[in-house]
Amino acid sequence: MATVFERVVTATGEKPAFAPGDRVKVGTRSPIGHYRVPQYLRGQTGEVLKVIEPSLIDNEEEGYGRNAGNRRHYYRISVPMPSLWPGYEGSPRDELQIEVYETWLERAA
Amino acid sequence: MIPETSPSDHDHDHDHAHDDHAPVVEGRPGYYDMMETAVRELFIEKGLITAGDIRRQIEVLDSRSPALGAAVVAKAWTDAAFRSRLLENGRRACEELGISFYDDTDLIVLENTETVHNLIVCTLCSCYPRPVLGLPPDWYKLKPYRSRAVVEPRKVLAEFGTVIPEDVEIRVSDSTATVRFLVLPCRPEGTDGWSEDRLASLVTRDAMIGVIPVTLPQEASR
Repeated sequence: MATVFERVVTATGEKPAFAPGDRVKVGTRSPIGHYRVPQYLRGQTGEVLKVIEPSLIDNEEEGYGRNAGNRRHYYRISVPMPSLWPGYEGSPRDELQIEVYETWLERAA
Repeated sequence: MIPETSPSDHDHDHDHAHDDHAPVVEGRPGYYDMMETAVRELFIEKGLITAGDIRRQIEVLDSRSPALGAAVVAKAWTDAAFRSRLLENGRRACEELGISFYDDTDLIVLENTETVHNLIVCTLCSCYPRPVLGLPPDWYKLKPYRSRAVVEPRKVLAEFGTVIPEDVEIRVSDSTATVRFLVLPCRPEGTDGWSEDRLASLVTRDAMIGVIPVTLPQEASR
């Protein structure tokens, strides 16, 4: 029997969708505006290292003065350098670590 | 964009001698200089901020320098409990020491080890751990470093004289929004028993960006 605490229902987006170890793919969208996802990262697949807590004001929205309630989960992910850059010279274990907002991530296989 | 011109803009295919002692003559302000002045004056005129607020903020920025970061690193080298708190939550550990995060950024401290070397960059602009290091060097803000650090970090490091062995993993951290990074370099050998102050004197800005290791003075001059 679930306790009263276990029956608490959280609002949409209140809990992070991804956890450390999850494989995620960065969106390939190209919206116009203040976006904090470098072009080289779009479409890439990586692994979640950490959920940055607490959730943060989405500065992609804040850049236009729309910051009321726009808190977003923010993740530190790692991407192997050789998968980012074909012909990468260096150790195959070299990697990029970068933070991405949840709105840009989808679950990858 | 308004072209930037000044009285000193001229070709150098003439033969007059320049006077090295002439006072610096500032030309017409550039486009962004004028925009900054206009926005600043408007904000003050509308009572959103005061001239004193701006002066105070400059004082805040001027009070931050690599000496703060060096003190943090030296403390982490000598105090294991602080080191683990620093790696767990960089901002909170720095706040313990009295370093405020006036820009409301977070701080992830990246530990260099025998098997991992960290390098920090901001490919989108010039995000930098200003609360603990002050203003970034010019090269950190310029395109060549920003674009190459993520693509060919080993070549970039080699240009700083830092050759990372193949069996050491390179981790490049690219700042995108509210998280900043500080590299915790490896403590050099031969520093057993050194005081925090003496250790801090070895730690340079570039080592905390991750482009060089921390070395003893005699090693650096070799």
